[in-house]
Amino acid sequence: MQEEIIFAGFGGQGVMLLGRLVTYAGMMEGANVSWMPSYGPEMRGGTANCQVVVSSKKVSSPLVTEPTSLVALNKPSLDKFAPWVRRGGLIVYNSSLIESLPVWDNVRVLAVPANDIANELGDLRIANMVALGAYLAATKVVAGDTVLDALKKVLPERHHGLIPLNRQALACGEAIGAQ
Amino acid sequence: MSEKVLMKGNEAIAEGAILAGCRHFFGYPITPQNEIPEYMSRRMPEVGGVFLQAESEVAGGNMVYGAACAGARVMTTSSSPGISLMQEAISYMAGAELPCVLVNIVRGGPGLGGIQGAQSDYFQATKGGGHGDYRLIVLAPSSVQELMDLTIEAFDLADIYRNPVMILGDAILGQMMEPVVLRERSKINLPPKTWATIGAKGRPKNIISSLRLDPGELEKHNLALQEKYKRITDEQVRYTTYMASDAETLLVAYGTSARVAQAAIDMARERGLKAGLFRPVSLWPFPYDDLKTIALGSRRVLTVEMSHGQMIEDVRLAILGGRPIHFYCRTGGMTPTPREVLNEIERIVEEGI
Repeated sequence: MQEEIIFAGFGGQGVMLLGRLVTYAGMMEGANVSWMPSYGPEMRGGTANCQVVVSSKKVSSPLVTEPTSLVALNKPSLDKFAPWVRRGGLIVYNSSLIESLPVWDNVRVLAVPANDIANELGDLRIANMVALGAYLAATKVVAGDTVLDALKKVLPERHHGLIPLNRQALACGEAIGAQ
Repeated sequence: MSEKVLMKGNEAIAEGAILAGCRHFFGYPITPQNEIPEYMSRRMPEVGGVFLQAESEVAGGNMVYGAACAGARVMTTSSSPGISLMQEAISYMAGAELPCVLVNIVRGGPGLGGIQGAQSDYFQATKGGGHGDYRLIVLAPSSVQELMDLTIEAFDLADIYRNPVMILGDAILGQMMEPVVLRERSKINLPPKTWATIGAKGRPKNIISSLRLDPGELEKHNLALQEKYKRITDEQVRYTTYMASDAETLLVAYGTSARVAQAAIDMARERGLKAGLFRPVSLWPFPYDDLKTIALGSRRVLTVEMSHGQMIEDVRLAILGGRPIHFYCRTGGMTPTPREVLNEIERIVEEGI
């Protein structure tokens, strides 16, 4: 098994965190993992992405140029990375912010109204976790419970009050991804 | 201390230095290594050490010189343009035979360049950089675990040989996260620092200087340095291989390029092409003899770099025309992809060269 994922979106949407959670959870489940952030002179509102490898064998290149999955939270990210996705791969996209889609051959596409669901849950900032839930249910790379355990490690303790909301958001996403 | 933790490469370097007993850190911020001083500014006070942000890299380098004179385990870290500014201090420390650890998280150059990862400081690190006939021990990690382990070891090597040791990384290694096991440092017997300038009460005074105006004396000093470099060359050559034993096409790459090369080798093997990897870990001393032996067992060599043909000069010196040597690179902060490297493997195999 080798899953190579690109998480991408606007700066501030929490794509780096998604990558870290999957990486951390993969490590906790005994897989080989790597996480590589994009970085540069970008600011909030610019584009951000990270590249994650979760593998049963040692990770060779940490740079993902032919992802098995793409989680795109905004349109510029989808436009940029969708053509990179491997045949037979998966694209999870934020259908709250992305309306029209081109057609890709041999790629599974999963629409997740992440912002709308997050707003219903009462906090727009949780949209990233909705998308992550859908991605996890569709690929089963790591278990949602492990991601919540990872969240406890990654999140400073003063924010642990937010974990129930994160659990809820993951579950909403998982319901979409499992369909 | 055997639990795996997820760390950025830069953080692994910093924690490795702490584990090695480094209690003095001087540096000046520059992307893409800022996580190191940031980490040190938090950790050093916790362990009773000194973190000092210098006013420039020139000052930072000379602060390292000062602390090393006093026998402290000391480190500075920077990225390419900052390392250029430190060259005076580095040459002086090599001349004065002072142990210290220098980290270069390389970014694209020349000049101010960019902030993405590159390997274009190979010449500067291995062939001089500063003035005079001197050598740094240069180690090139290719994973976050190795960044930590080699940083820890670098302090011992510096003390054993009384010589500056450089860790040559790049922005990708510095920024990426991988699981790391924090290991206890294996205890080794290090020579006592009887030369250190820590107060001469009850003994003759120690003088540390790189100034030797008498040419005869300076020549003698240089010959002694060369003898030391010969000893390091005999004792500290390091490399690893991957599927090299039956390889017809032998890739030579270090650091991030080696990770990419390894992915390309897996793709090549899936297509029935016998490719393998030789990865120098010590860039100085360069593993000339071992590379020659392994390369002569292959049909052709492909050097992959994130610089425009720097390490390839050492590859040529190793193989001395014994096999055709090909080259592939991306530069300026671009990274070769496994597919690009695979295409190059396929091209040279098809052309039968």
